Amino acid sequence: MTVRKNQATLTADEKKRFVSAVLELKRNGRYDEFVRTHNAFIMSDTDTGERTGHRSPSFLPWHRRFLLDFEQALQSVDPSVALPYWDWSTDRTVRAALWAPDFLGGTGRSTDGRVMDGPFAGSTGSWPMTIRVDGRTFLRRSLGTAVRELPTRAEVESVLSIPAYDMAPYNSASDGFRNNLEGWRGVNLHNRVHVWVGGQMATGVSPNDPVFWLHHAYVDKLWAEWQRRHPDAGYVPAGGTPDVVDLDETMKPWNDVRPADLLDHTRFYTFDS
Amino acid sequence: MPDITRRRALTATAALAATATVTTLAAPGASAAGREHPGSVTGHEHPMPMPGSFDEVYKGRRIQGRPTTTGSGGHHHDHGGGYEVLVDGVRLHVMRNADGTWISVVSHYAPVSTPRAVARAAVDELQGAPLLPFPAN
Repeated sequence: MTVRKNQATLTADEKKRFVSAVLELKRNGRYDEFVRTHNAFIMSDTDTGERTGHRSPSFLPWHRRFLLDFEQALQSVDPSVALPYWDWSTDRTVRAALWAPDFLGGTGRSTDGRVMDGPFAGSTGSWPMTIRVDGRTFLRRSLGTAVRELPTRAEVESVLSIPAYDMAPYNSASDGFRNNLEGWRGVNLHNRVHVWVGGQMATGVSPNDPVFWLHHAYVDKLWAEWQRRHPDAGYVPAGGTPDVVDLDETMKPWNDVRPADLLDHTRFYTFDS
Repeated sequence: MPDITRRRALTATAALAATATVTTLAAPGASAAGREHPGSVTGHEHPMPMPGSFDEVYKGRRIQGRPTTTGSGGHHHDHGGGYEVLVDGVRLHVMRNADGTWISVVSHYAPVSTPRAVARAAVDELQGAPLLPFPAN
């Protein structure tokens, strides 16, 4: 069984194996298909139309399945690898070990945002931006520039305390746990972290930065924590909602998996704590 | 509502654009702002007044915005909701949120209040780099 660990606790060997597997998916072309898929959903999920991957109740199960696909791809390269998560409410500065040269590398230089160290720096030649929205072909970041602070644990707690999973109109205007976690309303958790990282992470092609997976693995863990706190609350809506994935409806692009199939993460992996 | 939208779209004056800006600025934070917006019509796909056009040079780059007549130009990936934004003549994928704020594919997680602001945010993000036409690659 896969155990997803806090990135701060990974051994040197675990970091090395994770990085190597990610680089291999990039080399063999599988990585960029994940970037392409994500951007396609980012551009097509709308508040007034069909919405599946974002700004909708299925934001959480959609990304759970998306991460499962990626994790399985990593494990096809190295079966020992699991997705680590980044608890940004704890490891909240640019000095976190996450950003060290032996793991993801640090922030970008001020002139053009180019990441200059670590295994994903443009100068390595092994991390080209293939699926991109502008002409630049190197990984960029600007940690803590566009927004100064990552969410605090108190802000995370305030969102975990929200009893309703989601609420009509089931989009970026909704109250409820999902939209407050996603960040279109309230203290803003998930969206703010994308903005804090900057570079490609602030765009529709955000999976170009490997930190995408560690960020979403933690968002996914927060969903699991919310479920433990609210055992009597569940995914909504339960049926008959236009443009929205109901509990027992299949999700694109897989078309063979429903939110109901993804509510229990322990079928697929557990967390270190 | 369609008549109002068309008049605002065709009368692309700064005054009307400013009006739209003010009303959308008031919207974020209000519960279900999109549905309760003044001038909305129940069941209409785009209940909020469409901002007017703009055309300016910002940080050395030409940014333009205008309502589109069909509501959607490209049917595969374009969900700009009846408004298009260009940077140096290249279309930027933009989207309007339910509360009236705007995002683009290069600043997707940070809503701003107007299409002009989203165009300027894109120029800031691009740091001089050319925008690629979407769908890219």
